[in-house]
Amino acid sequence: MISDLQPVDDLALFYTMLRIRRIEEALAQRYAEQEMRCPMHLCIGQEAIAAGVSAAIATEDLMFSNHRAHGHYLAKGGSLQGMVSELYGRKTGCCGGRGGSMHLIDLTVGFMGATPIVGGTVPLAVGAAWASSLKKSRQVTLVFFGDGCFEEGVVHESLNFAALHKLPVIFVCENNDFSVYTRRNERQPDRPIFELAKAHGMDAFAGNGNDVEEVLNITKLAVDKARNGAGPQFLEFRTYRWREHCGPNFDDNLNYRTSQEIESGMKDCPVEAYKSKIEKVHSSFKHIISLYEQEIQDEIASAFAFAFSSEKPTVSDAEGKVYA
Amino acid sequence: MHNIEGRDLCFAEAIREALDQAMQHDSRIILIGEGVPDPKAIFNTTEGLREKYGITRVFDMPLAENGLTGICVGAALAGMRPVMVHQRVDFALLAMDQLVNNAAKWHYMFDGKASVPFVVRMIVGRGWGQGPQHSQSLQAMFAQVSGLKVIMPMSAHDAKGMLISAIEDEGPVLMIEHRWLHHVKDLVPENYYRVPLDQAKVLHEGNAVTVAAFSYMALESLAAAKALKSVMGVDIEVLDMRSIRPLDIAAVIKSLRKTGRLIVADTASRTGSIAGELIAQVVETEFHTLKAPPVRIASPDYPTPTSHFMAERYYPTPQTIADAVVKIIGLETDSENYHQLLCALQDNRPHDIPNRDFAGPF
Repeated sequence: MISDLQPVDDLALFYTMLRIRRIEEALAQRYAEQEMRCPMHLCIGQEAIAAGVSAAIATEDLMFSNHRAHGHYLAKGGSLQGMVSELYGRKTGCCGGRGGSMHLIDLTVGFMGATPIVGGTVPLAVGAAWASSLKKSRQVTLVFFGDGCFEEGVVHESLNFAALHKLPVIFVCENNDFSVYTRRNERQPDRPIFELAKAHGMDAFAGNGNDVEEVLNITKLAVDKARNGAGPQFLEFRTYRWREHCGPNFDDNLNYRTSQEIESGMKDCPVEAYKSKIEKVHSSFKHIISLYEQEIQDEIASAFAFAFSSEKPTVSDAEGKVYA
Repeated sequence: MHNIEGRDLCFAEAIREALDQAMQHDSRIILIGEGVPDPKAIFNTTEGLREKYGITRVFDMPLAENGLTGICVGAALAGMRPVMVHQRVDFALLAMDQLVNNAAKWHYMFDGKASVPFVVRMIVGRGWGQGPQHSQSLQAMFAQVSGLKVIMPMSAHDAKGMLISAIEDEGPVLMIEHRWLHHVKDLVPENYYRVPLDQAKVLHEGNAVTVAAFSYMALESLAAAKALKSVMGVDIEVLDMRSIRPLDIAAVIKSLRKTGRLIVADTASRTGSIAGELIAQVVETEFHTLKAPPVRIASPDYPTPTSHFMAERYYPTPQTIADAVVKIIGLETDSENYHQLLCALQDNRPHDIPNRDFAGPF
């Protein structure tokens, strides 16, 4: 049985975002060492969506994600050691080194899998929700995708089926306006994404994806409805990607967006915004923050140490497990 | 054909019985496809199942092949065992992303932590002007993808047993059915039984030539074998390959060591066919056993034309197979025997329908 969720602790919400931020900064810093030899898509600047959405669901609920999955995976409770080891291609990685950054999984916390084919996991989430519905479970399934994904036919096929069978699935569109380096206005006509989803016959909401409490509140409402038979829910959260599409760096040099735009985007920082909001209500906030920072740095150091000390797979490990 | 207890059932009835018994056996099995519960019931292969198992296990489907393939993969990951049907394999091409990127890879890329028990039935059309987009034999294309199992049973007996094995398999299995086999009868046991997904079967024993045949071409090869034996006294060994991936190369080699000659009969176009792959694998290890170059019997390298005037020579026949046998052994064609063979294999039926009492649907 999935119990009704308790009101969310603002410090816990903050901690989730801060932890994702610091982990990705650490990954970015070490990426140049060229030992994490796989494509890596950072979600720095977009942490509030992962944190707010995940705080609205239970561990038993299921989650699917895409190429930019670190935040989703970590917010759902995925093992940090498993993720870092995976990036280093070690046997102890969550995919045993077969996946890398774009393929994360942790079934112990309901993180069903992330893959990089645009739209690839959206129908899988609908299928998992279909299974829950057929089994009469109270579980909901959630899937993250970007604004570019909304252009894929398979997403609309998935929305259609989810609405037809009133499935307990929550579609979360992270709209950062970019598909790689191409703006949405070159790819889509000027109409709201969530309104189009609504036309498929489901509840749809839009909100500020950099405001973690807004994300949480919208998602809580949606989860409650989906869990109680109201069918699929579609959430569109606006946000901004700070760094390059793929890789650890900033990308001002590419000139596809102005440095003023990046600066203004970074001023709308979800972590800093929430920090200023809650620091007033906690008397010893500075002390709390320094404890958090230390705890996170220790955890990161230990995850890297774990990965470095983990056994490396060999060529012979590449065979097998082709067929179940 | 089989020395076993059973009743005469046609291939389509055998599939229906397999689905029925499997669904009875395991409540996780769900069935979905365009037309599954409609009055024609996918050539009667799903007849009555909606009535028996209800609307929560037997589904019609939106016209969204890729989306629904992904939805079935997701349902499989979450504990169901979906069976999907395409009335023509050509429509499954819309679902290549989900089949190739997700269904086939999931188990491997997540290090065996999850698996996708999922069966997709795909039907290959032939005749009555099915044309370029309703009669493609794409088994080699699917078989190229590691992680997919691909089967093509020929007999009703194997259709039932292999479909049951496919449904029980923990990974994705594509079952490609030739439309002209659906009405072919065979002895089919009443019980719930399995036929392995990786083994060829000897349909006709012989020492002269090995004919490794796929799907409908195994039936055509059997007709050729009977005529060759009765008219010319030539015994060929016909193998019904049954499985495309994996290929039972060991069975071919075993037969080849007896005969020294290999003909492969495929339902597909020649270039890139599974017949070519089979020959490549045999030649790599058994070159020394071959007394003659191996032969591919396949359709030409152009799409299937619709007009029956143009399609007349598109499909190889028992005569094509018999001629290949005569040539590879080096028998005289300027002989009374060969003339009698031609008479025995002469077929005056229209070439674009499977037999006289078959009136569709195609």
